Amino acid sequence: MIKAILIFNNHGKPRLSKFYEHYNEDIEQQIIRETFHLVSKRDENVCNFLEGGMLIGGSDYKLIYRHYATLYFVFCVDSSESELGILDLIQVFVETLDKCFENVCELDLIFHVDKVHNILAEMVMGGMVLETNMNEIIMQVDAQNKMEKSEAGIAGAPARAVSAVKNMNLPEMPRNINIGDISIKVPNLPSFK
Amino acid sequence: MSDVVEKTLTALPGLLSLDSQPGSTKLSSSSKLGNLIRGITELTSKHEEEKLIQLELTSIKEQVSSPNTSMRQMKELMVRAIYCEMLGYESSFSYIHAIKLAQQGTALEKRVGYLAVSLFLNESHELLLLLVNTVLKDLQSTNLIEVCMALTVVSQMFPKDMIPAILPLVEEKLNHPKEIIRRKAVLALYKFYLIAPNQVQHIHNKFRKALCDKDPGVMTASLHIYLQLIEENPEGYKDLTTSFVTILKQVVGGKLPMDFNYHSVPAPWLQIQLLRILCLLGKNDQSTSEIMYEVLDESLRRAEINHNITYAILFECVKCIYTIHPKSELLEKAAKCIGNFVLSPKINLKYLGLKALTYVVQQDPKLALQHQMTIIECLDHPDLIIKRETLELLFRITNAQNVTVIVDKMLEFLRVNKDDYTTIDLVGKVAELAEKYAPDNEWFIETMSTVFSVGGDTMQPDIPNSFLKLLSEGFDSMEEDRKLRLFAVDSYVSLLQEEPGKLPQRFLQVISWVLGEYSYLREDLEVDTVLRLLAKLLDMKTTSSETKSWVLMAMTKLCEGGAGVSVAREVSETYSSSLDTVLRQRAQELQHLSQDSEMRARVLPRNAGLDPLEVDSSLSFLDGFVSEALAAGAAPYKPPHQRQEELAQAKALSLEPYGLSLPISMSSCCITDRQSPTLLSISSGLSGNSNDLSYRGGLKLDGVKRVWGREGYLAQREPVEESAHVEVPSPLRSPSQQGGAGGSHSHTPTHTPTPEPELEKQQLASSLFVGLASQSSVCLMGKSEPTPQRFRRKANSPASSSAASEKQSNSMVSAPSTVDNLMFNNLLDSHITSEPAVSSLEQTPQLSQGLVAANGSCDEELPDSDVNGSSPSLIGDDPVVAAELAPHEEPPKDLLLSSCLPAELSGLSHSEITPLCSDQILDLSACHVQKEDALVLVVFIYNSSDSDIQQILLELDSEELEVSCESDSAVQEATGHSVAVCQYSLSVKRPSVHVELVGMVSYQFPVGTPQSVQFSYKLPLSSFIRPMTVSTEEYGTMWLDFSHDTKQNLTLISDDQEPLTATLSVLKKKLQLHVVEIIGMEGIVACRLLQDQPCLMHCRMHAGTMAVWLRSPVPDLPDCLMYFCQRALQEH
Repeated sequence: MIKAILIFNNHGKPRLSKFYEHYNEDIEQQIIRETFHLVSKRDENVCNFLEGGMLIGGSDYKLIYRHYATLYFVFCVDSSESELGILDLIQVFVETLDKCFENVCELDLIFHVDKVHNILAEMVMGGMVLETNMNEIIMQVDAQNKMEKSEAGIAGAPARAVSAVKNMNLPEMPRNINIGDISIKVPNLPSFK
Repeated sequence: MSDVVEKTLTALPGLLSLDSQPGSTKLSSSSKLGNLIRGITELTSKHEEEKLIQLELTSIKEQVSSPNTSMRQMKELMVRAIYCEMLGYESSFSYIHAIKLAQQGTALEKRVGYLAVSLFLNESHELLLLLVNTVLKDLQSTNLIEVCMALTVVSQMFPKDMIPAILPLVEEKLNHPKEIIRRKAVLALYKFYLIAPNQVQHIHNKFRKALCDKDPGVMTASLHIYLQLIEENPEGYKDLTTSFVTILKQVVGGKLPMDFNYHSVPAPWLQIQLLRILCLLGKNDQSTSEIMYEVLDESLRRAEINHNITYAILFECVKCIYTIHPKSELLEKAAKCIGNFVLSPKINLKYLGLKALTYVVQQDPKLALQHQMTIIECLDHPDLIIKRETLELLFRITNAQNVTVIVDKMLEFLRVNKDDYTTIDLVGKVAELAEKYAPDNEWFIETMSTVFSVGGDTMQPDIPNSFLKLLSEGFDSMEEDRKLRLFAVDSYVSLLQEEPGKLPQRFLQVISWVLGEYSYLREDLEVDTVLRLLAKLLDMKTTSSETKSWVLMAMTKLCEGGAGVSVAREVSETYSSSLDTVLRQRAQELQHLSQDSEMRARVLPRNAGLDPLEVDSSLSFLDGFVSEALAAGAAPYKPPHQRQEELAQAKALSLEPYGLSLPISMSSCCITDRQSPTLLSISSGLSGNSNDLSYRGGLKLDGVKRVWGREGYLAQREPVEESAHVEVPSPLRSPSQQGGAGGSHSHTPTHTPTPEPELEKQQLASSLFVGLASQSSVCLMGKSEPTPQRFRRKANSPASSSAASEKQSNSMVSAPSTVDNLMFNNLLDSHITSEPAVSSLEQTPQLSQGLVAANGSCDEELPDSDVNGSSPSLIGDDPVVAAELAPHEEPPKDLLLSSCLPAELSGLSHSEITPLCSDQILDLSACHVQKEDALVLVVFIYNSSDSDIQQILLELDSEELEVSCESDSAVQEATGHSVAVCQYSLSVKRPSVHVELVGMVSYQFPVGTPQSVQFSYKLPLSSFIRPMTVSTEEYGTMWLDFSHDTKQNLTLISDDQEPLTATLSVLKKKLQLHVVEIIGMEGIVACRLLQDQPCLMHCRMHAGTMAVWLRSPVPDLPDCLMYFCQRALQEH
């Protein structure tokens, strides 16, 4: 079972936190801080699995994370999940975000927390993996968005604003905020021979 | 970075106004979130952020409570509140509004409302009750999206006691035409199963339907449930193995639509899930394993594309192959796979490879040997996680010869490690290894010193405890003991002379105990010096008061002679006025005992550790005091749980329906039995690896070295072999060739110039992998003789409470682990020859071999059909059971047994006679007889031997039951081929659906040693239910008094004119309930649990179902009874 899904940026600012098990408010914050602390000090060329944060529950749990440009995506799971399976699930999640937001960036996650949660809810339900097929997820999300549009034609405004920012292509923008940067292409794993 | 964000954000409002349509009302509100975020990014300190957010929250609060706020604005406010909550600021005022939004908003707003609710609240939050109605409404909605939302929120969190209210609706959704709804319904039901398994008992067959659903997505969702169910009870689902295999075969064969492909791998997550299920099903089961060999082979073969996800599948395959009944062909392939993992340059794969190696290394030590150079490289890997995994692997292959190197590596890691969790884990492992395989005294003491100083005060307290126990109990030889203690004293004195301020408190406690106990062994050491060193500890500021009392205790043991007394007086004067009462007590003791050496010798005899202390755990010496106090009018003592219960009963209307008296009573039980904390096993929590469930616990018993002899790393003489890939040593090499590398650190190649670092690694390898050669070579060389374990605990007489004897008795007691028993005995037998415990130990193999059938259980599928009529001919009709039971006997044994039923019971209905256990001599069976006001357990002891057995002692115990013996004495005799009968009356202490008794029968031949056999007996709670005759008025008053209740909808028996009457009469017949009255659509029923614990039931017909409400003063009883009602109606 997935116990928690956390997204935070390189500075440890939470961008999304979803707990599938109840923790105290303070404990949740502590978990986010500790997880950031554990994950951020790891180099790029080490493995994507971490074991045994004190807080999130001892030996049976592990953290599986991926780092994309400015954001860390961390899944905390118990032993009933496959490590590599979850690692690819994160990839699916990010690709889906990318499709839904057209070149996703940190700002999208900030301004559309609710949408990100909705996308996530189509993938993981109550801690169980519900759907792993990106097209299927997008279909579900789209179906809901359609209803949304028919209800409130103007609700899309902030999304357009952000995409306007994205498309402005500000020349002075340094790399780490480069909004197109987080658009993820799946790196094909080189063979191991 | 922040200034860039700022720039982007300052540009934002402008952009918005440019971009937005004229007349947009959304604008101001959306820029509010923008403003907030911009505000936050501008801040420099946490304090300012707090101020800003508080401001924001106040403004949100104002707006949400304003009546003019529209739902749309509310939605936007909720998003802002979610943002604040995510940053860790509570906005509890908005919770109720979130619920309102979910209730009243249009679909879009509803979605945000539900989202906010699921982020803000938790299962036990009281406001959640307000959501139930909304969920109910949405589940019935025709809008699919609303149904989806409701199902999602239900699976995230739902109040447990409200499940019955929505269960029928969710169940209904299993037949919904849309697959996404079916899928979500399955997962919601799975969630219900997790939080309240009893509630969904009746829909297990619907899960099967979900598994056979035509949509693969629904089938995938149902696998979550099956994984859980099979993990809990693999035996119950063996019949599904072929189905799972067929599914996997189709998936692997690419029969699924292309949609399910991920990077051209067909439904990889589904494959992973299926492989995990197969793994659970095939474990320890040859016939089931055989069904899956083919598909596993196929999976291995197909997973060839070089992508992450195929490795995920391969990893599961490998784990499965090593868990199920082995097949050499597959094992070979799996081993190759593990090799690929370990050798991969991808770090994630390497990690999993190491995990897999750790998992398999005990079955297949050759594999570790093959990859020894890679393992050595991993030891120096920059990634700490990889390093730790490697150490975990090394821990598994440690033996007496490589222990020093491995422990060195572990300590090295510990010194750089910062993570508390890892430290605790690893320190425990080092301590375990040191105790098991220490090569000599010096090494042991030094290693333990490092453990104590590195482990600090975070380590498990049982490490110092067991260390001290080991020192005090000693080993087989007195001389060895003396040397070890002497060395400990020496090294601790020198440690104290250096810088004791740096040592952790736990270590100081150990030191002071050892010095107090054993410093007399060092004759040239002045008592005075030791006392002064100890006194120095007292003066240090960092010393905790707990440590101080240890130090004072040690000083009390030491103060002797003139100088000692003066130091003692000085110290005791300081501390006899301490605020800490314990310290003051110790100081007083020190003062008095230092002056009276005779008394001291009596109170603190030297070397007392060897004689076990007699502890009067019943505190009988206080009896006089107690009776005096009682006579003086004191209230008799009641254990806490009893007090609590009485308190609850005293209250007329309890406000806490789910009183938790259970955990309290458990803990008080534990305390009454005074056990030393040292008995806790050290190995707990040591095997932190989640993959190795299969051999947890077995670890301590089968040390690797005993199986695999001494030859280890085979020197790679030929330069060709110096690559990372190392061949398996051929068993045919001459002993001299192999012996050259055996454990020597100074191995230098003579004829090949090896590069320097490579050489180092090889040396390391030779010292690490010594003793790990293949089994076959061991046989050929005839070197299987194990080296004795150095610090093996002395086997004490059974009366003592040493850990060793604890282990022995455990292994004797636990019937299922016969293999462990055998191994354990083999180990011990080869070492001890002159111990008193040997005689009792040697029986264990006999016993465990002789144990044919254990654990009789009579509840299985049909809780009511086990009550047979009293006619004996009905009972003997199960020849299979009888044959299995006692193949060497004539079948109608049951007849014989039932004829032995005591006369007063023979007319009553009794359950089937179930075999409990048997060995060569005794056959135990039992049944229970339902008397009107009691339940009697009858145990038949059949002596199948020719000789008479005397002194048969039967002991029964149960957590849930109170057992009292009805026969005159518990001790029985049985002449050859005859039956002895014992009767016990049972009553329920703590209700649970099934109650279990454990028992032990011990007996003795006229000549010979005592023997004992364990058994257990399980019976359903329904056997304890009796009708209770009350009038409707009495029922009414009682109903209000009872505090524990449960509600659920049950199916009605509809094939009758009067469904309620029919249903109740079925319940009456099957469960012996008393129907008080039926009034129209409602019925009231009463029963009691023996002896006099009432339970009332109220039923109301409603829309084709029966709403049942159970109440009782006894916790858990309503839940249990509900379960039986459900079963009874289902079976009807």
